[in-house]
Amino acid sequence: MSHGHPHEEVRHKSSPYAARIRAIEVLLLEKGVLTESEIQDRISYMEARSPANGAKLVARAWVDPAFKERLLTDTKAAAMELGIDASGPVEFVVVENTAKVHNLIVCTLCSCYPRAILGRPPDWYKSFEYRSRAVREPRAVMGEFGFEPPEDVEVVVHDSTADVRYMVLPMRPAGTEDLDEEELAELVTRDDLIGVSVPRYAGSQSAKS
Amino acid sequence: MTAFETGDRVRVRSADKPGHVRTPEYLKGKTGRVESVLGEFRNPEDLAYGLSGLPERPLYKVGFRQADLWSDYEGPADDYLYADVYEQWLEHDEGGIT
Repeated sequence: MSHGHPHEEVRHKSSPYAARIRAIEVLLLEKGVLTESEIQDRISYMEARSPANGAKLVARAWVDPAFKERLLTDTKAAAMELGIDASGPVEFVVVENTAKVHNLIVCTLCSCYPRAILGRPPDWYKSFEYRSRAVREPRAVMGEFGFEPPEDVEVVVHDSTADVRYMVLPMRPAGTEDLDEEELAELVTRDDLIGVSVPRYAGSQSAKS
Repeated sequence: MTAFETGDRVRVRSADKPGHVRTPEYLKGKTGRVESVLGEFRNPEDLAYGLSGLPERPLYKVGFRQADLWSDYEGPADDYLYADVYEQWLEHDEGGIT
């Protein structure tokens, strides 16, 4: 990593908030609370995480029922099996969509998100609009993402208010019997892992939802 | 030893506490059911101010019927919401309407 503070320009040119964060960062460095390399390590840690991790976990769960069971009961250990290190103080819980239940994740208080697995949340996830509407009118919100669960499917919202981070295990789309694990993982998007949408398979007959 | 067990009917306290809390306003005064005991965690209401957060507090996953949260909820009656609530924010619901 070069020593020229490569992230500096990018990070503090725009808003007063960014300038404030940069000022705090400089103070933390000057006072010896953190080192530049600790900050760099943290940035690298975050950038190494992405929704692809979640897609890998989901695809494995689809093809391996025993793994699915482990994913639902001990998420951190299951993630570690695929080389995804989600260790740390917060707990992870994976909630499973079924033909009867559809799950949706939100954090009304701030922006809690399974970052150690999926990286940073999308901006809309942190917006006041999503945070207030996801608990109050979840079906309308999902409708705006192009997904309308049928009336006989129970919509279950998880408000991650404390020390547990939630991720959705979507249902495997119909018509994907011939796809391998890697192809299955490509069907799973970040939004599916939050629950505002579900994986679709264009090759299937299930355009009906 | 926790004050509540899975299956208990509980009400979220409607107390106002200044500062950092992890109990959303929209749940205060609402009744629900303990779905599981999630474990014990350092109290975020103290951690937020640089304190130790000890002793650890039990945390519960509490389920609410959406229809009990919002009088104008538009979805089916079975739609549900879970939130994680610390023990100090819960009290036993003595029967009541739901």
